[in-house]
Amino acid sequence: MKIKRVLFFSMFLLIVSGLHLSAQTKKKKKTVQEFELEVEGEYRYFYKDAQFNGQKSQFPALAFTPKYTVEWDKGRESINFTGFVRFDIDNKRSHWDVRELYYQKAKGKWELNIGLKKVYWGVTESNHLVDIINQTDQVESFDGEEKLGQPMVQFTWSTENFGSLDFFYLPYHRKREFSGAKGRLRFPVLLEKEAISYQSNAEEWRQDVAIRWSHYMGAFDVGVSHFYGNGREPLFEFNQQGEINAFYPVINQTGVDLQVTHNAFLWKLESIYRTAKTQDFFAIVAGVEYTFSNIDSNGLDIGVIGEYLYDERDDLALNSLQNDLFIGSRIAFNDTKDTSILIGGILDLEKTSKIFSIEASRRIGTSWKAEIEARIFNSIDNKEFILTNFKEDSFVKFSISKFF
Amino acid sequence: MKKIILSFVAIAVFGSAFAQSPEEKGLEIAKAAELADIGFKSSTVNIKMTLKNKNGQTSERLLTTKTFELNEDGDKSLIVFNSPRDVKGTATLTFTHKKGSDDQWLFLPSIKRVKRISSNNKSGPFVGSEFAYEDLSSQEVEKYTYKFIEAKGNLITVEQDPVDPKSGYTRRLVTYNKDKGYRMEKVEFYDRKNSLLKTLTYSEYKLYKNKFWRAGVFKMSNKQSNKQTTLEFTEYDFDAELTEEDFSQTALKRAGK
Repeated sequence: MKIKRVLFFSMFLLIVSGLHLSAQTKKKKKTVQEFELEVEGEYRYFYKDAQFNGQKSQFPALAFTPKYTVEWDKGRESINFTGFVRFDIDNKRSHWDVRELYYQKAKGKWELNIGLKKVYWGVTESNHLVDIINQTDQVESFDGEEKLGQPMVQFTWSTENFGSLDFFYLPYHRKREFSGAKGRLRFPVLLEKEAISYQSNAEEWRQDVAIRWSHYMGAFDVGVSHFYGNGREPLFEFNQQGEINAFYPVINQTGVDLQVTHNAFLWKLESIYRTAKTQDFFAIVAGVEYTFSNIDSNGLDIGVIGEYLYDERDDLALNSLQNDLFIGSRIAFNDTKDTSILIGGILDLEKTSKIFSIEASRRIGTSWKAEIEARIFNSIDNKEFILTNFKEDSFVKFSISKFF
Repeated sequence: MKKIILSFVAIAVFGSAFAQSPEEKGLEIAKAAELADIGFKSSTVNIKMTLKNKNGQTSERLLTTKTFELNEDGDKSLIVFNSPRDVKGTATLTFTHKKGSDDQWLFLPSIKRVKRISSNNKSGPFVGSEFAYEDLSSQEVEKYTYKFIEAKGNLITVEQDPVDPKSGYTRRLVTYNKDKGYRMEKVEFYDRKNSLLKTLTYSEYKLYKNKFWRAGVFKMSNKQSNKQTTLEFTEYDFDAELTEEDFSQTALKRAGK
């Protein structure tokens, strides 16, 4: 399988460099190259005693994010690369990834992207239901916003009056990684990425497709999408002996996202309907964000966010957001250091479980950035199927990044 | 044709000066200034923003701005941040409207997310600078009511009262240079309590395409906090031949990357 993967990437590189060369000879326009590197030092501290054997409490870590871009024809053609390497105490969290490596060409109303790329869909803050193109880099962050690069061909057609259409051809599926023995935020039994199988006989080489239409009309931003292929979330099934059978099902998922922007109000909604051979379900997140802006005449903005979350899978929802309320506040100082704070709490409406979080960041000097993140699991209900495994895993994370 | 209209307006402004109320005269000067800048179609420019606090400490930002001219409605613009490094690739797309609030999207490069944001916050500072969002959005005649104040040689001063109650100002005093295509030389901003808040001066003007005056330097001084922000414009390009497709959400993602 490794060889297949290497072959796939090298073929892609060949195609891309071929395209680049032919473009180079035709266009006399100047090419612009840029190289950047982010080096991040991080320290995570889990301040409660571990629930399972072998779990550590302190996790110093390092990460490198190199980035290279070459563009020509005034940015209408480019090759973009973003890599990622993490070194951590948890051997599974020590990982590397090609976040992006793609060729892009834009012409008039269309844009073509070939390679590994990240694509984001959606509008809400507490959960990202509609976003499905990329696999989540589960070991990297708790909020699911870090993603693995997805091999794709993306074709975008934008029109002025009918919005834009995106077509995706996704030739390869990437499995989710789970914490290792020393890691927190895991189950008592270690989930091995390799042990999780596929429903499809083609396994990770199942040829998947997706389509999305998005448009903007006055105060409305709307998106409708459909995905058909290997699911990004594994499905857990239990046989009568209580053994777990975990696999990636073939799914059909239709998603809708809508935002209405009215004065200082942002009304948001995301909803999906997913069908698989053994599971059909509906999920929704809807809410509002209101910002009190420039309240001290010095740039201070305070936003309040309220979102309701529902997932028909109930206890089997992997993120446990089955009937919950998210209340949060975004504070932006709009100062020269771009200081900002996001605080929030997810409250289960049926059980006692609560998860509180804080994320704050500030620039130091011109090329440094400091961040603090905390997640606190509070009164986790013993009836919680998934969260109960994380109930001792409240943590604080400090990180500092240097940009070269 | 545009030249003919321009001279017609000029005649209208000065020929009928005595018959007009200060409001009519002010409006006509604003219209003449708008007319003088019609037809640039599109432009790109690099901006160095230098923020200086009251102790003299400075910090810098580099941005690139693309503008697309529309006459039936407000202009479209795309701003991309190139520095500081931690916000590199952050970009905004704005569709200004002559009436009603502007439409604005923000691109966050780390998670590749496009967010529609509220344009309600007009009076707030743009990235910690002394420029408010409303100071940098496209100047449409419909956004103010006008009153002619005085004319001294080629310099005409007009009071402009923002129509939008969310504006941070009661009024602005704008000084136009009528011999140089009605380019602005100076703006004084009066806060909601009607005391002088900021002064913006334009310098190092250059004439592009034999018609469009563009200042090389904007200097905004806050008279209450003693902070200052300078914008330096370089590499103005009026030949980029941008089209409406360069101002779509797809283009926003492409610009930020």
